[in-house]
Formats: sequence, structure tokens, C-alpha cells
Amino acid sequence: MSEQTAPSEADQTVRQTPEKERTPQSGRLRRLAAHVAAGPPWVVTVLAIALALLVGAVLIIVSDSEVTTAFGYFFARPSDALTASWTAVSTAYGALLKGAIFNPGNAGSATAALTPISETLTEATPLIFGGLAVGLAFRAGLFNIGGQGQLIIGAIATTWVGFTLDAPAVIALPAAVLAGIAGGALYGGLAGWLKAGPGAHEVIVTIMLNYVAYLLLGYLISSEVFRDPDNPQPVSKPVAEAARLPHLLGDSLRVNAGLLLAIAAVVFTWWLLNRSTLGFQLRTVGANPHAARTAGMSVGYGQIMAMVISGGLMGLVGVSQVLGTANAHNALTQQIDAGLGFTAITVALLGRASPLGTVAAALLFGALQAGGREMQAAAGVSIEIVTVIQALIVLFVAAPPLVRGLFRLRGDGGAGTGLLAKGWNG
Amino acid sequence: MTLELRGITKRFGSLVANDGIDLEVRPGEIHCLLGENGAGKSTLMNVLYGLYQPDAGQILMDGRPLTINGPRDAIAAGIGMVHQHFMLIPVFTVAENVMLGDERTGPPRWARSLGPLARLGWSGPVGWLDRRRARRDVAEISSRYGLQVDPDALVADLPVGVQQRVEIIKALIRDARVLILDEPTAVLTPQETEELFSVMRSLRASGRSIVFITHKLKEVKAVADRITVIRRGAVVGTAGPEASERELAGLMVGRDVRLTVDKAPPAVPEDAEPAFQVRDLTVLDESGQPVVDGVSFDIRAGEILGIAGVQGNGQTELTEAILGLRPAAGGSIRLDGRELTGRSPRQVLRAGVGYIPEDRGHDALVADSSVAENLVLDLFDRPPFGRRGSMDVRAVRANAAHRVEEFDIRTSSIDAPVGTLSGGNQQKVVVAREMSRPLRLLVASQPTRGVDVGAMEFIHRRIVAERDQGRPVLIVSTELDEIFALADRIAVMYRGKIMAIVPPETSREDIGCLMAGTSPDAAGPPEGAADSQKDAAAKDGDADE
Repeated sequence: MSEQTAPSEADQTVRQTPEKERTPQSGRLRRLAAHVAAGPPWVVTVLAIALALLVGAVLIIVSDSEVTTAFGYFFARPSDALTASWTAVSTAYGALLKGAIFNPGNAGSATAALTPISETLTEATPLIFGGLAVGLAFRAGLFNIGGQGQLIIGAIATTWVGFTLDAPAVIALPAAVLAGIAGGALYGGLAGWLKAGPGAHEVIVTIMLNYVAYLLLGYLISSEVFRDPDNPQPVSKPVAEAARLPHLLGDSLRVNAGLLLAIAAVVFTWWLLNRSTLGFQLRTVGANPHAARTAGMSVGYGQIMAMVISGGLMGLVGVSQVLGTANAHNALTQQIDAGLGFTAITVALLGRASPLGTVAAALLFGALQAGGREMQAAAGVSIEIVTVIQALIVLFVAAPPLVRGLFRLRGDGGAGTGLLAKGWNG
Repeated sequence: MTLELRGITKRFGSLVANDGIDLEVRPGEIHCLLGENGAGKSTLMNVLYGLYQPDAGQILMDGRPLTINGPRDAIAAGIGMVHQHFMLIPVFTVAENVMLGDERTGPPRWARSLGPLARLGWSGPVGWLDRRRARRDVAEISSRYGLQVDPDALVADLPVGVQQRVEIIKALIRDARVLILDEPTAVLTPQETEELFSVMRSLRASGRSIVFITHKLKEVKAVADRITVIRRGAVVGTAGPEASERELAGLMVGRDVRLTVDKAPPAVPEDAEPAFQVRDLTVLDESGQPVVDGVSFDIRAGEILGIAGVQGNGQTELTEAILGLRPAAGGSIRLDGRELTGRSPRQVLRAGVGYIPEDRGHDALVADSSVAENLVLDLFDRPPFGRRGSMDVRAVRANAAHRVEEFDIRTSSIDAPVGTLSGGNQQKVVVAREMSRPLRLLVASQPTRGVDVGAMEFIHRRIVAERDQGRPVLIVSTELDEIFALADRIAVMYRGKIMAIVPPETSREDIGCLMAGTSPDAAGPPEGAADSQKDAAAKDGDADE
């Protein structure tokens, strides 16, 4: 979608040429040629990832004491320094791959062979929900920075149902999941209503609501209703066994039914945006609210619905945090959000707000997270490097002119930044 | 000093905004640049001020060629400009706004008596602003030319007329010898206009020249020493202030061959019931001033009423109020006896109103969405396109294929973003969408703005076809040619009021006079207007169920 949304320079001139010269065929060929030469967004994304890994490599070299020692006598024996650099980088990135995808040294049992993939998918699951949530709001012209708050409210709701409801799994699990969705949706809808009604900017409102949710969480996990009396830490009672998301591939692999929910959410969001009347309305409101209003749509309704659905998807992040295998207690803690509401923004940006792009971005970030742990354990490289690489990817994706300049690609305006700017100004 | 423009040509793509324009401004004269909206006046002045680079031609000052690459060069050459939309910062004071871009620095008062401290520069990348001097300069200029303004007032608190004075002071403080005023009276009350004129005269007395851009004939007569008339990007004549308003109006709107549309006379009897009625409609702007001021008119089924007028006289607000996009402060709008006042845009559209907004890119199309999607922007949730919340993509595409064929929309594909189409084809998308619903009324505002001749003819034919099928049609256009080509009756709007409703045989000069706010001597529009008012009054009773 985004390849087409940014009209290239060639299209600008096409717009002004007289009708007669513009046969459909020449237009299509010209657009194709311009498209390839312009360096379309996916090319920029791939290059951004490569650049980020390159900068990450430099950081790995700089932070490795053996390598820096070798650089100390670089002019005496440059090969030492270069070999040491290569070794450091290849070991680190090798470990990253092993931790994220497949470790040939551990292929003895099926469980061991599948562990890396299982970890990647487990890490990616909440990012898929969050990325979809932020991306959906983006498409409706809204910048949902309130993921943190929405996922916390979702997590609170799901936890409460999870430890209160004493029922078999067929009832307990769906009820807890729905409670989480409802909690996030209500909290997101509140921000949407404040935008559509009184006109409070959603960025400001959602940031403030994040604090409200965070402090409410702190209050609740120390309160009589939620607090686990057996635990010295302020942690809530764990959710009932029946309400937890079951493991998909045996108990020793963390991948759980949250992944199936995520796949369902992707299909739902894709359908919503591309095949539903509501999605059509959301996209129109996001792309041109004036035209939407003139065509008889209600801009306020679109904004509220966008925030309700976005908040509901964020609620699912909370659900997967509490009911899934992310934390061992299956309970609320003060750190239950794990910063996912913010990571989700970068995932949505990288995925260019499309459902499938979001899945790809979430899998990449999940792989980096899972691989980063292995990198730390096996190669001794700090997992913070992974955070730096993630940040750099987003930075390069958000600044297409920088990437195009480095690789001498002809620019076409850059859909990534436009997306962000639209969210803020919307 | 004498400023001369020679053969200035400026093109935007295929549009020639200025076509070999010659203009001479002598010292100490008020030179009036007269022309309709879109005639190319502002483009010419933006070239002179360095905001645009001309494609051909020269600017000479006292016979020497002048290179102007930007406003900085223009200011250095002694050219000052007061834009139609002020370039002031509302939260700054008058003095701060005046020194903006030319900040003076100097030692603060407490340092002045301390010998060595006073000798410090107090300038550099972070200088100490010399506000006192800025205030003094403002006070001096304002007393010299009778520009009353308080240097310490916040610009946001000042009325528009005073803000304009601040703009003029800003130009004078940089010692502008030639002052360009772009439509300065558009935002002023009559009293403020008078005050502006006396300021202009005192500036003239001090030997400065003024280029006064306007389309209002009375003002030209009141203040100009010489007049240059521009039409469609070219100079069509020069005149002195002794020329009559009629002559000037004729020059301004031109006597071109009228665009012809094959059109039979309306097939409705004169005394037919009006299908669409607007009564005493009043619309207020953000500041509570009426922008549509007690407007009344009727349109019979099978008749086109054209609303002529210079842009910004309330036409936009009138159409938006009819569509429910803007609240009406008073009056009523009725279609086939049903009240439309106070309805939402959706209800108005569903009542059978087709609407072509004046700015298609802003109000009618989603540039990034496909042609197919733009064609169902209004009916996306109705069968066959939408059923129980789900959209039938096949129906949307089939509809698009059909409309592209029927309306001859030239696009590479129905999936192409509508923003990649030419202006004419974009407009055809809007027309196709609005005309594919069963209509009871068509409202078309600037239906062929920025559209090539081929598409223009096509759209005109479709509009006439709607009329011939017995629908009332309201056309709003600032192009008189378009009004003459389409309208069965012509209403002229000026300052939110309908000056008169006249038959299409009325001369261009008379309509030009009405558009400029004066009644032509010979023509009888006032009677016509009175008649329609009387009709309206008589029919009001019947219409009230």
C-alpha cells in the first residue's frame, strides 16, 4: 500500500501533461520505472536494517576489550585487530541467529531445536498485538501513544477475571481474554472520545492516561483485592490455571496460544482495514477528514472507533503478558507492561502501519530480543546492543532521505515520516 | 525611483499565470493593479518580491536591471510588501513584530551609564535586543504617516485594520520606496478602508510609490493615479482614474467569446413551483460576523441558477450551509418542501443532494486512495457496496469500471491513487460520484476550476443533462464565462448578500459592476431582485406545510 501512497516526482509531472499524451500503458511503464529508481519503501527498510546491524557491529567491536587491545598495536600487526574484530562480530551475530532461529549445536532433540523459534514467536506475540494497535490508529490519523496505559488496564481486567472466576477453561480463558480486550478498549475509547468531543489532542491525553494507569496498577497490586498474601513483593494473586493460555508445543517450550490469538488479530485487522465499511471510514478519516465529512461520514465516530479498537488490541498485549508465558507468576506486577506500549510504536512504524508489515516487524524485533539473550550468554555481548540496533532500525526507517542519500537512491518523499507526521498533526 | 517590469512571464506547468506583463511604477504614485481573482496579479507581485522566479522578463530600477532572488533582495532594493494574509506573530508585541528579521541589538539601559560595559558589542549570535529603539522607531513612523498604533500592544489583541498598519510600518521601517499592498481592503471595514486610503495618500506625498492590488472598482476610482488592468495573465489596458466604472468593469471581465454549451431554454414554466428554496439564510464566521447575510432565492426543477461573484463574498459559506457542513444562524433551506436546515451532511446527501465542492483536493477526494474507493466515498456502507459492515470489493470495482467508462475518466487503472490523475480527471471522479446517486438537487461550486477545456465541456454537458432531467441545479462560479454558459438565471453575490438576480442576457459590464458592489446605471436588476423577493414572500406561506 505504501508504495503507491507516496506519489513520486514522475507522477507529479504526469499530472500536468495534457490528457491525450497519457495513455494508460505509458503511464504504467513510467510509474514502474520511476518506482524502481526511486528506491521504494521496502528497499529503504531492508537497507535500514542492514545499516543498523553495521553500526551495531561497530559497537560490538568498540565494546570488546580484546579487540580494543588488538587495535592498540594496529600499526604493528593490523591483521590481529581485523581478525579480532571479525571474530567478535561474527560470534555475536552468530549467537544472535542461533538464539533467534536455529542452533545447529543443539539440534539433538526436537525440543532443543525448536527452542529458538519458540522464543522468537513468544517475544513477537505481544508486539504483533501492539503493532496492530498503533498501526490501526495511524491509519485513522491518530497517534496512539497510550499503549502503555491501555495494556495495563487490559492486564488488570484480565487478571481480576482470571483469579476471581472459578470455572473450567472453556469459560475462564475466553472470559479473561475478553475482559482484557474490554479494559483496553474502554481506556482507548476514553482518549478517542476526549479527542472527538472536547477536542483534546490524543497524544497529550494518552500520555497522561499512561500515568493514571501505571499508578492505578501500583495501588491495586498493594490492595486487599489484588495482592497475593503469600508473596512478600507487591504482586497480585496469580490467575487460575484454567484461565492461562495453554502451551502449544509442550511445557518446555514457551510458545503459547497467544500466538494463535495474534494470528486471529492480524486477520481481523486486515479484514477491518481492507474489507469492512468501518475500516473504509477509518482510512478516509485518517487520510482526509475534510473529504470524509463532506461525503457524510462522522469524523468523531471514526476517531472514537479507531481508539476503541486500537485500545482493545493493546488490551490483548496485557492479556498475553498475564495469561501467557512471559512472566512466571501469571500475575500482575508493577513491571507487567515491559515497555511494550512504546516498542509497539516502533513496530508499527517499521511495518508501515499495514497488518502484514507489522507481523514482519514484530517477528524481527522478537528475533532480536530472543537472539539477544543468547548473544549475551554465549558471546558475552550486552543485550543492550539489541536495543540499540532496534532503535537504529527505526531511526533509519523514519529518516528515508538519510538512507537514500547514503545509498544514492532517488527519493520519493518517504512514506515513513509522512506516517509519523500525520499521526501527530491529525 | 522608478520601478519597471518588462515582459514578465511566469508559468506553472501548462498554466501561464503571467504572460509578458509590462508595468511601470513611477515615484510618488499610487498605481492600481486591477483584475479578477486568478488574473495573475498576486503572481506578478510575488515575482517582484522575489517569492517566484520569472521564466522570462526583467525587473528594472531606475533603468538598471535588478536581480531579486528572494524577499531579502527585494527589501534591500526598497520594495516592501503587505500580503493579503498577514505575516505577523500574534503572541509578539507590535514592536517585536516590526523588528522581526531585522533585530537591533545594543547595550541594555542599566549598562549604558557604565562606560566600559556600554562599549561591549551586546550583539553576536545571542545579542541583547534593543527594545527601546524598536519602540521608538515604531512610534516615529506611526506619527509621521498617521499610522496610529501602540508599540507595546500584543498583535493578537489588535483588530485586523491595525494589524495591517503594523505590516505597513514593518515595510516602512526597512525604508521601502515601493510598497505593494495585496488586496489590502479585503479584510477591512469601510471606515478602516478610508483610514488606509489617507495613509496611502500621505505615503505618496512623501515620494513613495504604492502598488495597490484590488478588484474593487470604487476603491480604484477613489485612490489610484494610474490603473493597469490584468486579465488571464496579460495586461489588457491602462487607464487613468477618470475612466468610468463601466469601462473598467468591461476591461476587467473581458468581452471574450462566450463559451457555448448546447442548451435548450429551460423547459419549465416561469410560474412553476420552486423545487429548492432558500429563505433569509444567514451564516456567521468564527468571529460572529455574517458572511452570508439574509440570502433568499428559489430554483425551479429543471433550471440552473448561477451564483456569480468575486471569491470570498460568501459563496463558499452559502454552499457549505446548504450541505449542512456549516451551521446556519438563521433562515431556512427547503428541498421539495422538506426542511434541510440543521441536518447533518449525511442526511442532506441522503435527501438527494449532489455536491461538487470548490476545492476537490481538500473536500472531495482522498488523494492516496484509489479511484475505485473515491467513487464510493458517499455510498460505501450501502448495498451493493457495503452489507452488514463488510464491503464488497467486487461491487466497488465493477462500479468503478462502469463510471470510468461512462465519465471518460482517464486513469492507468481503477486502483491508481486518485492523486496521480490530472486535475480534469480528478474532477470527473467527483462528478461521476455525485451524479450516480438519484438526485433531487445538484450543487456545484467551481465545477471546472483547474480543469482542461475537454473536461470542462464534458462536465458542463453533464450539468446541463441533470437540468434537462428536471432537477434544480445551483452553480457557484467566479468565472463569468462559466456562469454565462450554464445559468438560466444569474444571482450576483457581494459581501454575503445577493445584489440582484438577473436574466442571462444581462451584459458582462452590468454583472461586473454588481460583482464589485455597485448597481449598474441602466440595467434593472434591483427590480428583478425585488420581484424574486416578492415571489418568495408569496410562496413562503404555501411551503409551510
